[in-house]
Amino acid sequence: MARLVLDQITVPLRSFDLELTLEVGATVALVGPSGAGKTTVLRSVAGLVRPKSGRIRCDDAVWFDGERNLCLPPERRQVGLVFQDYALFPHMTVRQNVEYARRHRATEYLDRFGIGHLERARPGDLSGGERQRVALARALARDPNVLLLDEPLSALDAHTKADVRSELHELLAGLAIPVLLVTHDFEDAAALADEVGVIVDGRLRQTGTAADLVAQPADPFVASFTGANLLHGHGVSYGDTTGVRLADGTVITTTGIGQGDLVLAVYPWDITLSTTPPNDSAMNVISGPIRTIAELGNRVRVSIGPVSAEITAESRRRLDLQVGRTAFASFKATGTRIVASGAHRQDQAHAEPETASRERRRPA
Amino acid sequence: MRRAAVTGLYVAAAVVALAFLLLPIVAIFAHTSPGRLLAQLSNPVVKDALLVSFKTSLLAQALILIFGTPTAYLLASQRFRGRALAITLVELPLVLPPAVAGIGLLAAFGHFGLLGSSLEALGIRLPFTQSAVTIAVAFVASPLYIRQAIAAFEATDPNLAAASRTLGAGPVRTFFHVVLPLARGGLIAGLALSFARGLGEFGATIMFAGSLEKVTQTLPLAIYAEFDQNFNATLAMSGVLVLISIIMLVTLRIGLSWPGSSSTRSRSLFGLSILN
Repeated sequence: MARLVLDQITVPLRSFDLELTLEVGATVALVGPSGAGKTTVLRSVAGLVRPKSGRIRCDDAVWFDGERNLCLPPERRQVGLVFQDYALFPHMTVRQNVEYARRHRATEYLDRFGIGHLERARPGDLSGGERQRVALARALARDPNVLLLDEPLSALDAHTKADVRSELHELLAGLAIPVLLVTHDFEDAAALADEVGVIVDGRLRQTGTAADLVAQPADPFVASFTGANLLHGHGVSYGDTTGVRLADGTVITTTGIGQGDLVLAVYPWDITLSTTPPNDSAMNVISGPIRTIAELGNRVRVSIGPVSAEITAESRRRLDLQVGRTAFASFKATGTRIVASGAHRQDQAHAEPETASRERRRPA
Repeated sequence: MRRAAVTGLYVAAAVVALAFLLLPIVAIFAHTSPGRLLAQLSNPVVKDALLVSFKTSLLAQALILIFGTPTAYLLASQRFRGRALAITLVELPLVLPPAVAGIGLLAAFGHFGLLGSSLEALGIRLPFTQSAVTIAVAFVASPLYIRQAIAAFEATDPNLAAASRTLGAGPVRTFFHVVLPLARGGLIAGLALSFARGLGEFGATIMFAGSLEKVTQTLPLAIYAEFDQNFNATLAMSGVLVLISIIMLVTLRIGLSWPGSSSTRSRSLFGLSILN
């Protein structure tokens, strides 16, 4: 796979300078509060913003080099950028939007994204999920070497969001190009990306897998921002609960409903630690040697197996927790949520005709 | 009881105001029978004035479109030092008394004007020619188009142009396929305003181009020249101008309600009350 490299780029922003070095292989998510400079990173890569200094290259193609005063215009960089509000051309049909890039026969992309039946519709008549598919089809029809996604899920309502997130996850996994996405939602970042970078005030605070960030946040901000543990597994529903089998064989019970490959979220502060097997109402227990202990002021993050628990420094002293010592992490089934589910999406697609969702979105 | 009285006052004021605005226009058509008005259209003075007006107006509007559109796009899309000054300069002819505009044009392009001798060296004499009419019309009417065009370009979502660029289109293709189609409603509205203003041009034209029959005598100048000699002819010419004004007003409304037009555009329109 190609690599996108941002080498010490600096962009002056209103209240601070964006300064960033980043290598994008598979899918990287930049996550941070609004105003952190996330969108500026994407616009710099796309050529819509000219950094003050640094270098941006994609494999051997240099797109920007401050020292050599080189800055290729957007049309000469092979990038696909999906805008936060999708930026579909309102005066063109869906097909004309996808054809705009002109590189391929549009039909292929319309079919691949399941929007063939909408080809004559105008963007104003589409639902949020459909708009996103058109925007993705249009960006990919350009045959880009890098795909950039700006807040890909923020324009969607909560109801559509879970489905679209699963859909997007599947799509990104199948792409053979580096993907850089930005979002203010850690859960979205963790569900979509292989690697997550937390960016605050134009600086990258920490990068790593989502699990790494939850287990060992570099500072309290990252800790508060990262939030949930995310557990990937295979779900089977039993009545009103779902059993999720993780890669190591542990089965987690959740009150969420879902089938097939899915992702569960559990917050570190919802997990209780003990040094003897617990005897209480918690349905889920994960035991094993403590992998890491990260101190964050008066709080401590302790990771066991695939989860991290957040406890007080006082509790840690009382339990005498040390790296390598066996401990039990327990949490209630009601403390878990299903945040992405593959099979769930397909069920939805069949259950809900596209036209119905379109009618609903049309302005009154 | 008191509320009814207040409402009555509002209605009465509105009736007086609307009647006042409408009466002169009705009077133009009511004074003489339509048949006699139509017959006046074959009067040579009227025919010549119509021809001069349309030739000069069309040429002036073409020039305004060709030079004004890129100017407006530049002022709308770029942020540079002196931009506010440039926009103020564009608007200056709007507030300038037309007679002053005419004197200014003479002082610039006339025989003893700033560029007069250089133009004469090239064998060009502008004052009191049909070209002078076109120049006078372009001078007073272009700000209306450029202002409206700036508003139209500013109302287009810059992300759409950015999206076009990332999809491989250069600046030219982006302009013609994305920016222009999205702004066209506002541009058409601007052109309608500018056309209406140009067609009614009087002061600058009479100062800079004079009122020579068949050469520089436009409809408004012919109305002035004829009104103590052939009142029916002036009524006929006025009728033609009223009809064109109505068509321009309708075009303006349609242009502003075009998809992609935004409310900011119609608001900026109400800043322009300088249509004589």
